Amino acid sequence: MTTLRTTPAGAATTPPLPGAPSLTGRPRPLETVVRWILRAAAALSVVITIGIVISLLGPALAFFREVPVLDFLTGTRWAPQFADKSFGVLPLVTATAWTTFIALLVAVPFGLGAAIYLAEYARPGVRRTLKPILELLAGVPTVVFGFFALSFVAPVLLRGLLGIQVGTFSILAAGLVMGFMIIPTIASLSEDAMTAVPQALRQGSAALGANRMQTTLRVVLPAALSGIVAAVVLGISRAIGETMIVAIAAGARPQMVTDPTMEGATMTGFIARMALGDSRIGSLQYNTLFAVGLLLFVLTLAVNLVAIQLVRRFRQEY
Amino acid sequence: MNPTDRTLEPSVKEAPAHAAPTTAPSARWREERVTKDAPTPVLECVDVDVRYGGFVAVRDVSLPFGHNEITALIGPSGCGKSTILRSLNRMNDLVDGARVDGKVQYWGQDIYGPGVDPIEVRRRIGMVFQKPNPFPKSIYDNVAYGPRVTGMDVDSMDDLVEQTLRRAALWDEVKDKLKQSAYGLSGGQQQRLCIARTIAVEPDVILMDEPCSALDPIATLRIEELMVELRDRYTIVIVTHNMQQAARIADRTAFFTADVDETSGDRTGVLVEFDLTSKIFENPSDSRTEDYITGRFG
Repeated sequence: MTTLRTTPAGAATTPPLPGAPSLTGRPRPLETVVRWILRAAAALSVVITIGIVISLLGPALAFFREVPVLDFLTGTRWAPQFADKSFGVLPLVTATAWTTFIALLVAVPFGLGAAIYLAEYARPGVRRTLKPILELLAGVPTVVFGFFALSFVAPVLLRGLLGIQVGTFSILAAGLVMGFMIIPTIASLSEDAMTAVPQALRQGSAALGANRMQTTLRVVLPAALSGIVAAVVLGISRAIGETMIVAIAAGARPQMVTDPTMEGATMTGFIARMALGDSRIGSLQYNTLFAVGLLLFVLTLAVNLVAIQLVRRFRQEY
Repeated sequence: MNPTDRTLEPSVKEAPAHAAPTTAPSARWREERVTKDAPTPVLECVDVDVRYGGFVAVRDVSLPFGHNEITALIGPSGCGKSTILRSLNRMNDLVDGARVDGKVQYWGQDIYGPGVDPIEVRRRIGMVFQKPNPFPKSIYDNVAYGPRVTGMDVDSMDDLVEQTLRRAALWDEVKDKLKQSAYGLSGGQQQRLCIARTIAVEPDVILMDEPCSALDPIATLRIEELMVELRDRYTIVIVTHNMQQAARIADRTAFFTADVDETSGDRTGVLVEFDLTSKIFENPSDSRTEDYITGRFG
């Protein structure tokens, strides 16, 4: 706690005039307590992140003592449970990359479109009704999305309506549904960022003879860019880390994915499947989970770092 | 709809009445410049009422704005002067529940008439706002924004930006940092940039909504000098809380006040008096104007 100190003892001070109001401070212990509680709340997430990294590192390092890092990162055959073991993680990475890419292909245009509509075009009444409904979509449990992919998107939408030859399990169906899942995340956060752009900028643009689309694309979107990028990054992080949908709908066969109609096991899908099994603590199989987990963590972190750099470069502050 | 129906091309363009010298404004000079009893209106309100929802903000305003003149709208807070200003280029369209009745004639055509595109209106009747609102872009892009979005036929954008900034008396201060953010400028410079941005699209009329209220006296003086210079090319309508400002720069002044409804307490703006600025300030015909001018109320 900081206290303002008056002149040091011994220095000449004039005494207060008679009848002067007292300005002496009184102790405020509650202030100190509140400050420490808030500090603890802020520290908690940092502590937990560090804890996660430490718990991942131990078993992952044990794994890399047996499997060379380079073999792990560049190998194209993933067979940790076979007699002829192989720990090339690329099949899992390609499956994750494909599902994430397809999800973004769906979620970015629809999410941004919804955000632009809500922030710039919809009347206030419409916005007040639509936004909560959109956010409701974000509250649907992902296991439900998984079954939606398995029972509707793959057989009815893809095979039936669009005539795309996919099996029961496919990267395409899982990626599409994952895209639906992250639309509300991107839409809602982008809408917040766009709504935060001062009305004065829209009026300034309108007063110069710009139409609504020009105002949106040239003034509002650039000004809201950092918030929009943050929304997309959160979407990417959710897509990379999403587990239930891919575990249910993408399949379980780890193979290099070159075509989204294939089935494939993503990093998260593999972890979910393996974690259910009876891997003995300390075994290579057990450590494998942590190695893949660490890779997931590093990838997500990398996406976040790149995004922060992008935002710094393109940010237009208002 | 036929696209030609939407154009609001001025049918008659009159030459400026006098070539005005670019000296500092003074009361004497002002009277030399405008001697006519009635202005030649470029823009004219005819029986205009503005409502927000069910509430009448301004009632029954008829007011002409003279060609190449500065018209000041003065009056106490809540008297509807900003509301009237915003109805002159359909900025009220952006406010939910706002409704304008009556006519606003621009070169003889009602800007609220059928088939009129508010975007075309605003291209010709620009606006400068109370708080400087440059876009979060470079100084250059701020000036180039209007010409770009309106698809102006520009030979060289660089030349246009330079010319415009010169006319806005900002060029010397910013010529070395055109690519830097407009947010690095001082408040007064930002406001002159907003004026530059407005004149870049070559409007006919410039509406100014208390353009100096967020600025210090020196920046205010520069904007006032600028307005007087711009009057040769543009018709200017300015809302101001500062009576001295109106007296310094305006050719004509309209005084508004608020009528308070005895039962509901609603305040409705009304136009009290409109005349040459010298008449309003020296010899007003309405006692309410005199009370306001002399500081007895408001």
